[in-house]
Amino acid sequence: MTNRLYEKAYEAANACVQCGYCLPACPTYASMGKESASPRGRIHLVKMAAEGKIDVLRDLKTPIDLCLGCRACEAVCPLNVRYGEILEAAREEIHRRQSERPAPGDRVMRMLLRHVFPHPGRLRRLGDLGRLLQVSGLLRVARSTRFNRMLPERLSWFAKALPDIPPPRERLRFGRVYPAKGERKARVALFAGCVMDAVMFRIHRATVSLLTAVGAEVAVPAGQCCCGALHLHQGMADEARELAKRNIEAFERCEADWIVSNAGGCGAAIKEYDRLFADDPEWFDRAHRLAEKSRDVSEILLELGPLPYVNGPETVVTYQDSCHLLNVQRVGRAPRALLEQAPGVRLKEMEGADRCCGSGGIYNLLHFSESMAILDEKMERVRETGAQVVISGNPGCILQLQIGIERAGASRHMRSVHLAEFLAERCGF
Amino acid sequence: MEMEKRAAWLEELFDIFPKERVLTDLADRHAYSFDASLGEYLPEAVVQPQSKEQIQRLVRLANRHRVPLYPRGSASSLSGGPLPVYGGIVVDMSAYPKRLTIDKENMLAIATPSVITAELHRKAEEAGLFYPPDPSSSSVSTLGGNLMENSSGPKGLKYGTTKDYVIGLEVVTPTGEIIRTGGKTVKNVTGYDLTRLLVGSEGTLGIVTEAILRLIPKPRARRTVMAAFPRLEDSGCALTRILGAQILPSAMEIMDEYCIRAVEEYEPSGLPLDAEAILIIEVDGHPAAVEEEAAQCEAICREHGAALVRAAATAEEQAQIWKARRLISPAIARLGPTKISEDATVPRGQIPEMMKRLRRIREKYRLNLVVFGHAGDGNLHPNILTDRRNAEEMARVEKAIEEIFAAAIELGGTLSGEHGIGLMKKPFMEMELGKEGVDMMRKIKEAWDPNNIMNPGKIFPDRNEAHR
Repeated sequence: MTNRLYEKAYEAANACVQCGYCLPACPTYASMGKESASPRGRIHLVKMAAEGKIDVLRDLKTPIDLCLGCRACEAVCPLNVRYGEILEAAREEIHRRQSERPAPGDRVMRMLLRHVFPHPGRLRRLGDLGRLLQVSGLLRVARSTRFNRMLPERLSWFAKALPDIPPPRERLRFGRVYPAKGERKARVALFAGCVMDAVMFRIHRATVSLLTAVGAEVAVPAGQCCCGALHLHQGMADEARELAKRNIEAFERCEADWIVSNAGGCGAAIKEYDRLFADDPEWFDRAHRLAEKSRDVSEILLELGPLPYVNGPETVVTYQDSCHLLNVQRVGRAPRALLEQAPGVRLKEMEGADRCCGSGGIYNLLHFSESMAILDEKMERVRETGAQVVISGNPGCILQLQIGIERAGASRHMRSVHLAEFLAERCGF
Repeated sequence: MEMEKRAAWLEELFDIFPKERVLTDLADRHAYSFDASLGEYLPEAVVQPQSKEQIQRLVRLANRHRVPLYPRGSASSLSGGPLPVYGGIVVDMSAYPKRLTIDKENMLAIATPSVITAELHRKAEEAGLFYPPDPSSSSVSTLGGNLMENSSGPKGLKYGTTKDYVIGLEVVTPTGEIIRTGGKTVKNVTGYDLTRLLVGSEGTLGIVTEAILRLIPKPRARRTVMAAFPRLEDSGCALTRILGAQILPSAMEIMDEYCIRAVEEYEPSGLPLDAEAILIIEVDGHPAAVEEEAAQCEAICREHGAALVRAAATAEEQAQIWKARRLISPAIARLGPTKISEDATVPRGQIPEMMKRLRRIREKYRLNLVVFGHAGDGNLHPNILTDRRNAEEMARVEKAIEEIFAAAIELGGTLSGEHGIGLMKKPFMEMELGKEGVDMMRKIKEAWDPNNIMNPGKIFPDRNEAHR
């Protein structure tokens, strides 16, 4: 029983020699200042739980819950310890034990993850509802009245930071192919995702415009769905596997040269699909083939570019790495190169751009105060650059950074934007 | 009885510290039960002092209740130095306020013990100065930890070790006095040199709260040469010849054949697989001088049969050469999940002989034993890759380690060049120092710490575990 964790994680955890090289890279070690919030501390605790020396729910759960999952530790580990795998195994075991006695909050979360996120149609309807609230002014009324004070603090920040949801007709249509402009250099399949497709689809529009402009034919395969990363982060590995299978099937049918994602987290999840099928050789191979073809939009734009930039106003921008884009997909150079190529754009690096902003999937919802401690520190670094635009490559980060801008009271002269949207602006799309 | 006693001192901790600075959850305690060695001991509490007054009150409490204190920095120790072997209280000094002042005029740094070593490197260089001690863990290790273990890294030959750079300390003694030793002057013969006694005392004689460190002018240029030798002996001859040519390299690193193979298999970069040793030589100083010295080093290596010589002038090329050295850790990790890293040190001239003996030990005990290290100062790092769950192999590992120590001492060397004695090497202390030598050290410990509350269970062999 206990030894499910032993089987799944011990080998990987035992590879850690506790040298501590991960400590300077860990945002929660920096903000919480103790070893149970450090990568090697967490790895050690997983080992202790696997050996039965501490209890999974009473002792291990909190330190694991408080991990952002940014995986910066993996990128600096001199021994290449597979932290992501250890973390997932721990979360799965916590989830399994908890299923016996779920807390009310967990129930709501799981209901959403099981019955809403896997269905693009349901998500889109929720997105439309959000738009209705926004355009009808209901949200504004709610924000300004007593009603807002009834909302938990975290939700009111989210409501403030959420970008305007465009009308539904602007959504990409599943099954459609957007032809390349000029010579066709490649066929790519766009991964639409869940939140991006439901709410932040303006980024998809921008992505398609950019890709077709550099000569890519963009297919949006039907049958695709949420990547499953959120499920995996909550320890729901079975659900994640089901979603992965649906995506693998949908993208295999599309026969593209590359699978392109514009969300660092989703791209990373796809790149690691094979890990979900360690015990299933057939699906493992299919997952692996898909993973090999998976690219971030910035990589493709840089390879097929240059983009048709137009002259724009002098703008100082700074780039915040999406953790999973950088630490899992190892993409950090391409987005910066694209920004540097844009006329009038001055990229000013912030200190610690590669450190997590505290978004962490839905970490900011679940652990609001811990997340805000990291975010407020991040915003100091952003402020030092004097940037007018903070750019990132993942929807969660963009939302989080916008919350940071709102909290700093800087929304008049600063905004946070997805790389694709910003590049589209600079191309005059 | 035991329970009551525990509750009493635990309660008193909250009189000294705010509650968020006292960690008693089981998970937190486990998270402070280890360092980078193999040991694992559960403390009863962890505290994070924020002032020397808090430390003073803590030490007095420990004396009253006879509770052991285990100070630690980033716990990157390879010798078990900070492990709470008798439970008690871990004193997490990595959370101590970080203060660092560079005094450019007097070429000094004044630092609290929690400052990360690499941060001192950066700040000193910004002022055109240089702090040479550079243990490989310098990006995470604290100055406090470095000082207490006297760990130094690759530059010992030319620049000396950590203790040569510490000229003053502020310490809370094991009986709770706050004292200052040394001062801000390079010369100081006023009384016993307690500074040197404290540096390398492995946290058994007190808790450092401030250190005054010497800095030197930053070398203006640096050149790196790498040479691969088909025969180990030739690399030793080349080393001797280089020093004989009045060149004092800032670093001379050696990797044995097993390291070379592991690194090349891990990430191919054209290292010759049939080489028995690779030397990485770095010279620093005046640009004109290093240019000439690097060329001389190259020539000497070639004369001594080096099959491959690479020289680097730009920072990029240098990084490329050092990469081979840096890749040793991940490369050899594939040989086994448990890594035992030793630091037996011999007089430099005995390096080829020591390497030969290590090879014999490897064969005799059928172990994955690889050797790399700081050839310039005789500080070798034999690493054994094994699996602690394999009891039979671990027994062979233990025997092999014993033989490594014996070989080092026989060749006129020492048990430890920079990792410290800590836990793992204490049974061998008498082998090197004799009973009288160890007793003299014990007397010092007893005079400073009559109740044996400061990092007890370290350095000194337990009465029944002395080897020979």
